Amino acid sequence: MGLLEVKGINKRFGGLQALGDVNLSIEENTTHAIIGPNGAGKSTLLNVLVGKLIPDSGSVMFDGQSVLGRKPHEINQMGISRVFQTPEIFSDLSVFENVMIPCFAKRDGAFRMHAIESIFAERGIQEQADAILADVNMLEKKDMLASSLSRGDKRRLEMAMCLVQDPKLLLLDEPTAGMARADTENTINLLKEIRTKRGITMAIIEHDMNVVFSLAERITVLAQGTPLVEDTPDNIKGHPKVREAYLGEAQV
Amino acid sequence: MLGLEMKDFRLLLIVIGLTMLAPFILNPFPEGSEMAQFNAGYPDLMQRFVIFGIFAIGFNILFGLTGYLSFGHAAFLGAGSYGAVWMFKLLSMNVLPAIAISVVIAGLFSLLIGFISLRRSGIYFSILTLAFAQMSFALAYSVLTPITGGETGLQLALDDPRIFGASQTATGNIPVPSLFGLEMRSSYELELGSWLFTFNAGYYLAAVFMIIAFYMSIRIFRSPFGMMLRAIKSNQTRMSYTGLNARPYTLAAFVISGMYAGLAGGLMASMDPLAGAERMQWTASGEVVLMTILGGAGTLIGPVLGAGMIKYFENIFSKINETILHGWFAFLPDGLENFVVAMVYPFIGKGWHLTLGIVFMLVVIFLPGGLVQGGQKIAGLFRRKKAEDTKPNATEPAE
Repeated sequence: MGLLEVKGINKRFGGLQALGDVNLSIEENTTHAIIGPNGAGKSTLLNVLVGKLIPDSGSVMFDGQSVLGRKPHEINQMGISRVFQTPEIFSDLSVFENVMIPCFAKRDGAFRMHAIESIFAERGIQEQADAILADVNMLEKKDMLASSLSRGDKRRLEMAMCLVQDPKLLLLDEPTAGMARADTENTINLLKEIRTKRGITMAIIEHDMNVVFSLAERITVLAQGTPLVEDTPDNIKGHPKVREAYLGEAQV
Repeated sequence: MLGLEMKDFRLLLIVIGLTMLAPFILNPFPEGSEMAQFNAGYPDLMQRFVIFGIFAIGFNILFGLTGYLSFGHAAFLGAGSYGAVWMFKLLSMNVLPAIAISVVIAGLFSLLIGFISLRRSGIYFSILTLAFAQMSFALAYSVLTPITGGETGLQLALDDPRIFGASQTATGNIPVPSLFGLEMRSSYELELGSWLFTFNAGYYLAAVFMIIAFYMSIRIFRSPFGMMLRAIKSNQTRMSYTGLNARPYTLAAFVISGMYAGLAGGLMASMDPLAGAERMQWTASGEVVLMTILGGAGTLIGPVLGAGMIKYFENIFSKINETILHGWFAFLPDGLENFVVAMVYPFIGKGWHLTLGIVFMLVVIFLPGGLVQGGQKIAGLFRRKKAEDTKPNATEPAE
């Protein structure tokens, strides 16, 4: 039984079958990549997993509990964190505040009326935030406004905000989209480190095959809303069905 | 100190000092002099400064922190006023129970309106709050006349069934609001040379409430709760994907600011025990928005400055009339005098709104952070001149 079990998911948008009978199992302690050509339904699937979309049929079980019908913040509290294609951070707040907020969310739940306590008195939270910023090499930038960070730093900040919650499953939506080669390499190294040091299960949606094959332990190939194959990276390379999905009809 | 950082504590001390010494500070010109009309140190206006200060501080907790622009906060102020007057009519002329009930009523009322309005955000939220406030105004004006007094407003009468205290004074008058016998309208006048300073009991009561309100707002700004509210303003998507439910946070902020409005309404009724429906009208809601933006939304002291500035304009600028203008420009040759007076006249007296409008536009265009940002810019200029070697701190949050 995997950490995340997706069974028979269907989702239609008007006449378009975005997801058709998708089954997916993400094992604990693996990096699982979901790849596929444009329009294959990768983002739709991700949005189902985080509660942004509700599928027409099927079930999504996470850690033994159903995810369907829950709001995004409830799903996060269950232990699923998400990194977005364009970093979603609190731009008007300082870097330090950005990482303190998930610390509070982890400790106090979805809502707590802590209006009288001072932030400055929250030593435990501050230490946690400092530690994660040190881990992603951003400690010296902690007083900067998040909106003034470079694109790569915003990505790292968002990653830190997810990691500090110590999620059971980290979902990454094209973490290297639009990045320069050097930045891509840095991100790959950062993710590898997260995987080995923290043992967090990761699901990655990615276009860049270089990234996929350097990180993934399992790969699912989606095409036209249905999983084609699921296998190890070595077996996926050169798989005829995958070639067909990416390059159109196989040429002899 | 008091759970505050040194910087915030210093700000609190400054506010305490200014409010306590306001009768001196606002009366800088000797009685009977040419400039005496610019004196603002009379009880009625000073009371308005602090009461609208409270209103704006509370509004800023909602608008400044979460960015939810409510256009209906006057409804809570009005509800608070009605509650307070009813307490005077039914219970006692002591102001404390009246103020307490006004806060409670405004809190419950804002819980109801907030619960419904906060299902939407942005312009739709603003329109919903505006609709509710106008609805309340219309109801208070017509259908609810038995409770609100309708067009004439809710007033005390000689036959009020007051449980604690008499319906009439010994001389057959309506009793006045008091704090354990200290009448709100009573004043102590101090004459120093040609200066006259008035210390009014009602003003000091309201000032103490404003200091408490200001202190509470600093605590909220510096609390994890306040940080969550700023996070809501910044990015709601990240908020929910971080496991936080924005709805109860915004509702709590809405109710807190509603209670501040109720406190202001209760104090208003305590100074002058009557309440009218026009306190709920949308112009009154719009006024507090102007105060907050003019002073600096999201800053601690801004709303108080904005409230003070608008009330000063409203009461002092509007009193200047044509005769006074002619007096000022009498030194000019006749034709020129008439010309200058004609040019200046639209901006003063009844035209004070025009001046306020121009100031407001200038502030919004050149100082989006309000008067506080203006102050910071001026302070920054001086600091740069004094020392170039200190580290620049561009990300310092607004004070």
